[in-house]
Amino acid sequence: MIEVKPMEYEAVIGLEVHAELSTKSKIFCSCTTEFGGQPNTHCCPICLGMPGTLPVLNKKAVEYAIKAGLATNCTISLFTKQDRKNYFYPDLPKGYQISQYDLPLCKDGYVEIETENGKKKIRINRIHIEEDAGKLVHSEYGNYSFVDYNRTGVPLIEIVSEPDISSAAEAKAYLEKLKAILQFIGVSDCKMEEGSLRADVNISVRPKGSKQLGERTEMKNLNSFRAVYRAIEAEVARQIEVIKSGGVIHRETRRWDDAKGESYPMRSKEDAQDYRYFPEPDLPPLIIKKELIERLKNELPELPDARKQRYISEYGLPEYDAGVLTSSKELSDFFEEAAKASTNVKAVSNWVMGDMLRILREKNMEIAEIPFPPAYPAKLVALIDKGVINGPTAKKVFEEMFDTGKDPETIVKEQGLEVLNDESVLLEVVERVIQENPNSVADYKKGKKKAIGFLVGQAMKATKGKANPQLINELLIKKLEG
Amino acid sequence: MKLHEYTISQLHDLISKREISVPELTRYMLDRIESLDSKLECYITVTEKQAMEQAEKVQKMIDDGTLNSPLAGIPMGIKDNICTRGIPTTCASKMLSNFVPPYDAHVVKKLYDNGAVLLGKLNMDEFAMGSSTESSHFKKTKNPWDTERVPGGSSGGSAAAVAAGEAIYALGSDTGGSIRQPASFCGCVGLKPTYGLVSRFGLVAYASSFDQIGPLTKTVTDCALVLNAIAGHDPMDLTSSRRQHPDYTKALINDVKGMKIGVPREFIDDSVQKDIRDAVLNAVKVFSDLGARCEEISIPIMEYVVPTYYIIALAEASFNLARYDGVKFGYRAANPKDMLDFCMRSRSEGFGTEVKRRILLGTYVLSSGYYDAYYKKALKARTIITREFNKAFEEYDIIIGPVSPTTAYRIGEKINDPVQMYMEDIFTVPVNIAGLPAISIPCGFDSKSLPIGLQIIGKRFDETTIIRAAYTFEQNTDFHKARPSLNE
Repeated sequence: MIEVKPMEYEAVIGLEVHAELSTKSKIFCSCTTEFGGQPNTHCCPICLGMPGTLPVLNKKAVEYAIKAGLATNCTISLFTKQDRKNYFYPDLPKGYQISQYDLPLCKDGYVEIETENGKKKIRINRIHIEEDAGKLVHSEYGNYSFVDYNRTGVPLIEIVSEPDISSAAEAKAYLEKLKAILQFIGVSDCKMEEGSLRADVNISVRPKGSKQLGERTEMKNLNSFRAVYRAIEAEVARQIEVIKSGGVIHRETRRWDDAKGESYPMRSKEDAQDYRYFPEPDLPPLIIKKELIERLKNELPELPDARKQRYISEYGLPEYDAGVLTSSKELSDFFEEAAKASTNVKAVSNWVMGDMLRILREKNMEIAEIPFPPAYPAKLVALIDKGVINGPTAKKVFEEMFDTGKDPETIVKEQGLEVLNDESVLLEVVERVIQENPNSVADYKKGKKKAIGFLVGQAMKATKGKANPQLINELLIKKLEG
Repeated sequence: MKLHEYTISQLHDLISKREISVPELTRYMLDRIESLDSKLECYITVTEKQAMEQAEKVQKMIDDGTLNSPLAGIPMGIKDNICTRGIPTTCASKMLSNFVPPYDAHVVKKLYDNGAVLLGKLNMDEFAMGSSTESSHFKKTKNPWDTERVPGGSSGGSAAAVAAGEAIYALGSDTGGSIRQPASFCGCVGLKPTYGLVSRFGLVAYASSFDQIGPLTKTVTDCALVLNAIAGHDPMDLTSSRRQHPDYTKALINDVKGMKIGVPREFIDDSVQKDIRDAVLNAVKVFSDLGARCEEISIPIMEYVVPTYYIIALAEASFNLARYDGVKFGYRAANPKDMLDFCMRSRSEGFGTEVKRRILLGTYVLSSGYYDAYYKKALKARTIITREFNKAFEEYDIIIGPVSPTTAYRIGEKINDPVQMYMEDIFTVPVNIAGLPAISIPCGFDSKSLPIGLQIIGKRFDETTIIRAAYTFEQNTDFHKARPSLNE
């Protein structure tokens, strides 16, 4: 009998990420880019594409896009242009989108991610600028639709990766890295829930080790990192299943249903849009001056990778901790402020990474919503280090800080939570505990040294956890053996 | 002489000397439109109320001494594809029959700043697509010289109104000859400025990389006056030039001595109606006699200009007209089945035949599989055509020739042969392809006493030399003095 080794497959994944740039005004007019607002209140004749109007390019949008390119190691094109892309749908007022076709603003970059097998470079094919579309709302009550043009003309960058990603986890890591970079350089707030960061995923599979790419599908409607992860897992499994059962993968666009945890076909290759790109005649080619690139390069803040390295070398944090703390700008900035106010950065980082992230998760809060300044966790650590409060009390104080926003020192003072170090008081407590627990005392004296633990616990309980446990321990031993 | 026969500069004189008031002049022009336009059908909208209010206001400012422009109080008309705030701007299309823009085009603002009085909006080919004004959804404008004939197009309403004295001057737009050809058919002066000299903001786009707004006037002097008012940078149009433009009235110099003039043999071959060729050759003689050096040149690429123009223009048009989906403005189909039906029927019912033909052609040349064969090739041809003209301008100050191979034809005569109509744009489209300025001035009459236009093409942003040559020609000939009789 011949043993047939089951065929192993690997996934080949590329991402197209759209990020809304956080410029104040839209890309071709002076309307606000603010999220929300009553429908059709953030628009004007230009972003509504009214007859005779012309686009005027927002220079800030170009600068933000260049910064994104620089922060992802791209080459910035010195000569670039914009193109019209045919897309006839009522959410696009002009019936076409102003985008970039053959001369993108940024190209040939990469970002580095952490994988199970160490660091990995994900190459970026291109980053180009374009305008966002509006939103179509289909009525639930009748045969009609509404359209809201508030988002129309908000500047976008599209970041197209090479198919260098091999798993859902890598895709998620890549997205998280992109998000952190864009937030760090302040060009996008990357809120997936508000649609300011969106990802389409191209997925194919092939026999492990094969050089040839399999036919790919494109997955749309991915509204969270979790959805991206789950959709990739599901699609890779689906494709392998199809191939194993003798079928073929068809080039198609699929729509992910996150509630059902499955995708279904949206349109096939045959229905693919013919974009009919051609140079936008209303906008002259863009000449990017080297001096501008230099200036923007100098304006770039410390990027996540550099900051991570600094946390390792300057604060002596473990690589993992440094990675978590630099995964988002808000978290990193919060930690940075807290660290500045402390002499025990390691302890501060533990509080921020541990209890703080846990509480935020439990309370479903954003870092921006934390009601106290970053210096307070540092104060909390100082209170512990000085022996003013003990660990368990500190946990309680920290929770209290999230509820009231009060200074930990104030909380400790108001509630009298200081550790009891007064020997005369503690001695009384110890004597009472010995009196009330003759059995344990007897056990101890018989040589069951462990019984001391129970007695310490009773003493702590009697002081509502405020006693210095070390001191109690010492006093108990002294009493019992003395 | 009657008031409508006066030029801008003559009327400016009368107004300055208080021999006539602006409201009187405006009233006179409105009455003339009232009595004549049912016959000629130049106007889509007459803005009587606004015109009279504007006239009163302008007169007051003249009296106060706060307004001193050669255009102050001069009544004019504007082609109906140039946006006017609060006044319908229809592009002569059913699609925009109910469209009232909430903004003025840059040129309209500039004219208002100069105290211009708007009489109304002028008829045209639908979305400026045509050369006879017959594709208008609303009406067919008649040529004042022979009302059985077309006024040319697409700015046919503008040219006919100026020729018939229904406006002292008018604005038109020129994408492939749409100012110059009707000017030549109607015997007036029409200038297509260099691409980028005049802001396109508020001009409803047909082919964005060709479109330019320009004046139609009775004389070259008037042309310079209007150009002075509308030229100049507009931050709302990134394709408008930042260069400071000269005072074009300074170019009104009766002297062409030593000027080097090229006459392309491709412009005067057998395809051109004989009396037009004779008129152009006569013009060459006039210039030569005045001391200019005229030489025959060759622009061999001419056989490619029409296809090049139509491929690029219609590609752009197919995109520019995508916004008319019935959702935001304009015509909307009734009782749609669903969203797709809504958009499709709004477009099918809102656009006329010629517009649909051009959208289809433009879509075709950009489609995958055909893109390289048509659009990409046309872009290359555009570069070569531009280069050939620029090369000619290394040797010559201006190039002259006919505007059109024919004079005004009968209404209905060619409308069913679009290809022939496209081919007749041969002398005007290369100017738009290369972004050059060119003027049409009266240079003769054919055997049926229909006007013939002489085209003078200049270097980029060298309107000055064109105006100088045109002015000299005008000062030394009488063609511009003839007026259509209109059986008045």
